[in-house]
Amino acid sequence: MQRRRFLKSGLALGTLTPLAGTSAAMEYARPPWMNEPGAGFSNYGQPSEHEKAVIRWISANPAVAGNGVAWCPLHALAGMVTPNGLHFERHHHGVPPIDPVQHRLMVDGQVARPLSFSVEDLRRYPLRSHLGFIECGGNSSAGWHREPVQTSVSYIHGLISCSEWCGVPLRILLQEAGVVPDAGWVIAEGADAFAMQVSLPMDKAMDDTLVALYQNGEAVRPENGYPLRLVVPGWEGVLHVKWLRRLRVASEPAMARNETARYSDLMPSGKARQFSFSMDAKSVITSPHSAAPVQGPGHWQISGLAWSGRGRITRVDVSVDGGRSWRTAELMEPVLAKCLTRFQYDWVWDGKPTILQSRAVDESGYVQPTRETLLSARGHNAEFHYNAIVSWAVDAEGAVEHVYA
Amino acid sequence: MPSLLMGALLVAWVPVWAAAGDASRSGPALGKPMSDASAEVSPAYIAADGRGLPDGSGDVDLGRELFAQHCQACHGAGGAGATADALSGAEEPLDSPWAEKTIGSYWPYAPKLFDFVQRSKPMNAPGSFSSEQVYALTAYLLYSNGIVEVGTRLDRATLSHIKMPNRDGFVRCYPEPEPGDPAWDHCFP
Ligand code: HEC
Repeated sequence: MQRRRFLKSGLALGTLTPLAGTSAAMEYARPPWMNEPGAGFSNYGQPSEHEKAVIRWISANPAVAGNGVAWCPLHALAGMVTPNGLHFERHHHGVPPIDPVQHRLMVDGQVARPLSFSVEDLRRYPLRSHLGFIECGGNSSAGWHREPVQTSVSYIHGLISCSEWCGVPLRILLQEAGVVPDAGWVIAEGADAFAMQVSLPMDKAMDDTLVALYQNGEAVRPENGYPLRLVVPGWEGVLHVKWLRRLRVASEPAMARNETARYSDLMPSGKARQFSFSMDAKSVITSPHSAAPVQGPGHWQISGLAWSGRGRITRVDVSVDGGRSWRTAELMEPVLAKCLTRFQYDWVWDGKPTILQSRAVDESGYVQPTRETLLSARGHNAEFHYNAIVSWAVDAEGAVEHVYA
Repeated sequence: MPSLLMGALLVAWVPVWAAAGDASRSGPALGKPMSDASAEVSPAYIAADGRGLPDGSGDVDLGRELFAQHCQACHGAGGAGATADALSGAEEPLDSPWAEKTIGSYWPYAPKLFDFVQRSKPMNAPGSFSSEQVYALTAYLLYSNGIVEVGTRLDRATLSHIKMPNRDGFVRCYPEPEPGDPAWDHCFP
């Protein structure tokens, strides 16, 4: 009785002075969920019902449900690993309902012994793990637009995600099939309605490429290629062929639609960069972001992600004055090659309008370019592989807006 | 001494990738031999130069009909673009600030158009077109891009011989060029 009255007045006080924080009464009282038995077990855990807003945003073709993308909500995540249900999606013609018992991976073309593997066969192979990012070659492509697109950071840069991929080194399968000496390419195909076809150089196939069976410990999710996908560390997403069905060893690339007409970068000269596989170093601030304004002057944590297809991130610089001065951000361990790296920076906002930026440097010495530098080299029509410095203006009210600076 | 020399020779023979640390790890060799004949795998493998194209032929007229029936809803009349990409009608050249990329202006190899249509189309039943239908659609798409004349009938030989306007429009950035190579400027400006 006494306690309840106390609690009531505490609540009233709390509502009267919202900025004063939780009242002592609320803080010290036994919260309601401690006063009844909790829920039972679950076969497959789901996020809290209070996290329902943390979802992929779907941009699908109005005429083809399975064509388009679903963006990873980078602004709502912390650390570097992407939960499996939030990994970005890019499908050209939907997610196939593959029966793993019937699925086969064929290795043929210029090999001594064309081979066919069942999923069960592949699960018996020695596995290797790669904790790393997959980034669509079209990620951040809004950056090529002449005016800054006004939307959330995740809607512009969310075609990247990071997982622990576990699978059979592709090299082992190719060696078992016996690749002929001068075969320079492996043409990979998917078992989707689109019948994806792209070409992978033999050096990369023999280096760190995996035929992945597992994503963050469980079977690869259907939208990420179940039961098999290629994982090509550090290289553009389209090469990580999902629903992998065929690997055709060849002396020449296939010159498929998705390595000529798409995922090539048209330059101002009229020529296009082709096979620009490695995703160059990039970083983006994910907090503060446009849906979460800075709530007044004071101390704030700037947080973001940096990555490079060429190895480790060695440094991320942050500017809180529109690029006039740069300070080194803190990198959150672990810092791994070809993997997302989380950076943080302690910012004390004086309440004046300003511009926030981040700039990544990788172990090859490559420095993330300014937008001006990137555009002067590649023009506005490249469509893919945009990796320039991203700028966010903060106005006097703390609202965050995408700007070109 | 001879063994040292042999060692050196052997090293020279080892392909680059075998030098990687993990390279000696082998697998249990569980793959089953394929019955051979890559040609039997569907969709067929069609190379940029036309190797792998099937027998048969198809013409622009049939292609026009098929296009109206199966393609126009998304790609627009004549391939001008709608909910899906424009397939023809580029006016601005590739070196214009407003460059337009279509089959006619951008695609480097005509046989790969056949390949794309046979593997991905029609949208509601991919892979179900006959060779004649795919040759016909390819002929129509090339016609609507001003690359072949009306009335053209395409088959393996004729399609393989078409040289697309943008054949030489691509600079390979892999293997990565060295500084000084003209490709360097395109790939790593
Ligand atoms: C239901 C809508 C729809 C229909 C019908 C359709 N397409 Fe498509 N088409 C698409 C979409 C969407 C894409 C882009 C696919 C992607 O995201 O990779 C596409 C891509 C293409 C491309 C590649 C364009 C380029 O420049 O890379 C060609 C060629 C093409 N379609 C031909 C056809 C033909 C021929 C037909 C008729 C047989 C057809 N399409 C019917 C939706 C459609």
